[in-house]
Amino acid sequence: MTETRLKEKDKPWLMRTYSGYASAAESNQLYRSNLAKGQTGLSIAFDLPTQTGYDSDHPFSYGEVGKLGVPMRNLEDMECLFDQIPMAQMNTSMTINAPAAWLFALYLTAASRQNANIADLRGTLQNDILKEYLSRGTYIFPPAISMRLSAEVISYAVRNVPKWNPINICSYHLQESGATPVQELAFSLANAIAVLDEVKKLGQVTDAQFPSVVGRISFFLNAGIRFVEEMCKVRAFDTLWDRICLERYHVQDPKLRRFRYGIQVNSLGLSDRQPENNVARIIYEMLGVVLTGRARARSVQLPAWNEALGLPRKWDQQWSLRLQQILAFETDLLEYPDLFEGSPVIAQKEKELTEAATAELQKILEMGGAVAAIENGYMKRRLVESNAIRLGNIENGQQTVVGVNKFCDGELSPLVEGMERAFLTVDDAVEAEQISTLQAFRQKRDAAKVEEALDALKQGVRDGRNIVEVSMACAEAGVTTGEWTDALRAMFGEYRAPTGVDGLSLPMETKTENYKVIEKVKKLNARLGRNLKILIGKPGLDGHSNGAEQIAVKARDVGMEVVYEGIRLTPEQIAETALQEGVHVIGLSILSGSHTRLVPEVSRCLAQRGLSDLPIVLGGIIPEADVRQMNIPAVKKVYAPKDYQLNQIMWEIVDIVAAAHHIDMADGD
Amino acid sequence: MSISPPVDITALLAGRKQAVAYALNLLEDRRPEVASQVQRLAAWLSQNARPGRHVIGITGPPGVGKSSMISRLVEYFRKHQKTIGIISIDPSSPKSGGALLGDRIRIRHRPDDDGVFIRSLAAGGHLGGLSANIGHLLLLLEAVYDITILETVGVGQSETDIAHAVDTVISVIHPGSGDMLQFMKSGIMEIPHILVINKADCGEAAARSFYDLKNAMIYMATDKDDWQPIVILTSASQNKGFDTLATALDQHLSWLTAHDIAKRRRWQLWQSLLAFFKAEYGRFGSRLLGGERQILKILEQSDASTPDEGMRCLYDQVTAAMRRKMNMVEDKHIGDS
Ligand code: B12
Ligand SMILES: Nc1nc2c(ncn2[C@@H]2O[C@H](COP(=O)(O)OP(=O)(O)OP(=O)(O)O)[C@@H](O)[C@H]2O)c(=O)[nH]1
Ligand SMILES: [Mg+2]
Repeated sequence: MTETRLKEKDKPWLMRTYSGYASAAESNQLYRSNLAKGQTGLSIAFDLPTQTGYDSDHPFSYGEVGKLGVPMRNLEDMECLFDQIPMAQMNTSMTINAPAAWLFALYLTAASRQNANIADLRGTLQNDILKEYLSRGTYIFPPAISMRLSAEVISYAVRNVPKWNPINICSYHLQESGATPVQELAFSLANAIAVLDEVKKLGQVTDAQFPSVVGRISFFLNAGIRFVEEMCKVRAFDTLWDRICLERYHVQDPKLRRFRYGIQVNSLGLSDRQPENNVARIIYEMLGVVLTGRARARSVQLPAWNEALGLPRKWDQQWSLRLQQILAFETDLLEYPDLFEGSPVIAQKEKELTEAATAELQKILEMGGAVAAIENGYMKRRLVESNAIRLGNIENGQQTVVGVNKFCDGELSPLVEGMERAFLTVDDAVEAEQISTLQAFRQKRDAAKVEEALDALKQGVRDGRNIVEVSMACAEAGVTTGEWTDALRAMFGEYRAPTGVDGLSLPMETKTENYKVIEKVKKLNARLGRNLKILIGKPGLDGHSNGAEQIAVKARDVGMEVVYEGIRLTPEQIAETALQEGVHVIGLSILSGSHTRLVPEVSRCLAQRGLSDLPIVLGGIIPEADVRQMNIPAVKKVYAPKDYQLNQIMWEIVDIVAAAHHIDMADGD
Repeated sequence: MSISPPVDITALLAGRKQAVAYALNLLEDRRPEVASQVQRLAAWLSQNARPGRHVIGITGPPGVGKSSMISRLVEYFRKHQKTIGIISIDPSSPKSGGALLGDRIRIRHRPDDDGVFIRSLAAGGHLGGLSANIGHLLLLLEAVYDITILETVGVGQSETDIAHAVDTVISVIHPGSGDMLQFMKSGIMEIPHILVINKADCGEAAARSFYDLKNAMIYMATDKDDWQPIVILTSASQNKGFDTLATALDQHLSWLTAHDIAKRRRWQLWQSLLAFFKAEYGRFGSRLLGGERQILKILEQSDASTPDEGMRCLYDQVTAAMRRKMNMVEDKHIGDS
């Protein structure tokens, strides 16, 4: 007879909070206060300049320094971040990808300076580059070389820091870009295969060490609102991973084949309309990954109820932590073994997902694997397509979102009512401060030593030495994050990932709204003399591309000519494109909170080019209060997540262009 | 005859991007109320073409690396102090008429550099990807920049189209013999002046295609006097082969200069006028003038060297032909009653 009740209650999963902001000193304060409250590990968020390898005073860093994470420019910052925090006893997770080797080198160097034994250090590096091209956007170098860097970090860790998790294969971000469960499975498993194959090809670990490399691979998944299906998805992951480890890599020890994963639940579906409803969504989403004992998450991170409004405050984060604690400690969930073993319904769904994912994975492998499917745009196009279908279904009501497209009337929420900002904002003054500390640091260090270390870095890379190894001397010499990355940029070049919007053909919507907009665009085209041309721009380091992609695809589908160059453009580049392309309107999409700095900058660059009258529309996470404060006449309309009706947005853009050209759309035929 | 163009010519010829952008917007404008301005500007441009200009067309299947190659050419030409104007054409959606213009993402250039200008265009409903007013836009870039590049997605038909619009046609193909066979079978082999196999970094297939093509060329040997197509292997991602490509481009321009480039350009002009005429007057108009061949003959006889002259000549012929037809109809009526 199978056991129906555990003799000993299961240990609860790890509960983490992802944090970091302003400066190393301020984040150190925050971490120390969290640790004092009993938190056992740290999860560090770096600011976007650090994640993309720019120093705080680089033009690209404008408006982003210390905003969404902690700036980490050099060894001094790392030591400050861990001041009075014993690194030997810490378990530190760092969300860092393209410059992972560098941040790892800084971490290891700071730890040795605290006299910690490197071999005993525990923690996690995200170090998963492929999903950066598909979703997260903080890539730097071309895919092939990035894969090599990532494999070198893994090889280094397996040999020298054996308790460290050197990579976290992420499917979380794929779902945040619209992936279906099957795509989440197939794409991230293809990614894991590409990583392991690369480590093997690199040859820095022996054949005997290889099974332990496989054993160090962990995953970071997502859990959406359809929680039954999501539960089956994590079970399918478990099954497929075991199969891959055994069949492809011949790992015999079942312990090394275990599917270890952490989770953050879906945030894409959280809304700014009746935002209190998000709490219910967050809880149901969590169920998918904790209910099944067989494939339960090892760590869980929850977003907050005000996710779609802005950064969570301390109280918002605490509320989310409590949601987990209640489930783990008040309910009886952890007293039972797997609840679904033997359920034919669950088994069937799991089988469907496993089969569909296997077929899709096979397709990618035949294409040449994950790297090829990124370079040729295949995976990205599929994601944009899935997201378009998802949004289309919300718009036409096939998918219900309570309080958004159904049951919309309601009472005012005391959580937001009368409040200008029910979220956290980081002071703009932080940037200037960080720039001055960095410049002072550059003054006082030994410039000759820095040069020498950078030359040695380049030579080491040319000689095929391990990147973490050759970066340690740079850390000691006082090299900065921007300098380290620039050295590699000069050797490897930079990359722009496929945007996924071109070559995409969506089934034409049959709704009359769509046709009405097409007719309206045609009518305006005739009056303008050329076809309505729109530039969709993503200024700064913000990697949130979903909104821009969906607007671009939709605009094309209603007959507009769309110029979209992907993420990470300077305001000057955007203004220049607007001029050269002769567009009728600019749409800027900004979700990183840097709009108050970037929008005025774009507007200034446009004015320099004689385009101050060119109408601008904004979209993203842009609070009303900021729009008033910026007060730029060319900004005609601002869209938020709650504006889910894309046809309506297009309709209004046509009106905005018509008005700018003094065309009365009611005129004529 | 002096024409006063409706734009700031000094700023335009100095390469001020604001002036270039404004002029392009005007030339793209289809409204009848600006037609005379467009005509005036086009006429001015065709009389003020730069003597040493070089117009290059780059064509090839989707994703073969055309824009990435242009990016490398831009890098090369800027190093050699040459200015470049680029027109990139993307297909329009047949469903809505909309288009995603994604070429410029691959073409690296500094926003503060006045020596590079990129305009993306949607192909519109035109077969072969060249819209009717493309000739005007090219004229403008030719007047402003040392080098003009036209990128089109090309399979089959548009190669012929592009040949009418540019001095030198570069066809880019994927490494791998599958594409190659297709290419040779389709009979467009004669048109490109330069054949490029890009993505040389993608393994052996590239080198193999390169030698296959070179060999094929020997068998296709044409008149000594004709231009012998050059085959080149490049890698846009590794910046390899672009010196060779630039040299080949120079060679072709010299060859053209030695072989009456003016005549070739006139012939191209007539071809584009023919296309424009067909778009304006349709099949009925064509038939009125006795078909395409006859139209080309009319243009040849008039020896028109500007679009204006050519169009006027065709217009006169059409009106005359219409009048004849009307008379015939009237005669018939008289006879009937
Ligand atoms: C999905 C998501 C991600 C995905 C992004 C995937 C991608 N490629 O886009 C992933 C997981 C990668 C991600 C990562 C991060 N994220 Co995030 N993310 C979100 C989330 C949950 C949804 C955004 C979204 O895609 N919505 C769906 C699209 C369709 O909606 P939308 O963009 O709002 O667009 C609509 C309108 O705004 C408008 N619109 C938008 N753009 C335009 C443009 C035009 C022209 C027009 C007309 C209209 C328009 O129309 C659209 C239709 O409805 C938001 C929170 C939320 N729920 O909004 C956080 C959020 C934006 N992320 C946040 C953060 C902090 C991050 C990170 C920086 C975390 C970190 N420290 O590492 C990273 C780094 C990302 C980076 N490189 O910049 C913060 C930003 C905080 C702030 N502004 O102060 C948010 C608000 C969450 C939060 N509350 O903390 N994220
Ligand atoms: N490996 C390799 N990839 C290349 C090379 N040239 C271009 N690519 C890649 O091929 C893809 C398409 O390149 P583009 O330059 O956009 O090709 P295109 O022919 O202009 O494409 P369309 O305009 O869409 O028809 C991109 O991902 C480039 O990075 C090359 O020489 N080698
Ligand atoms: Mg292109």
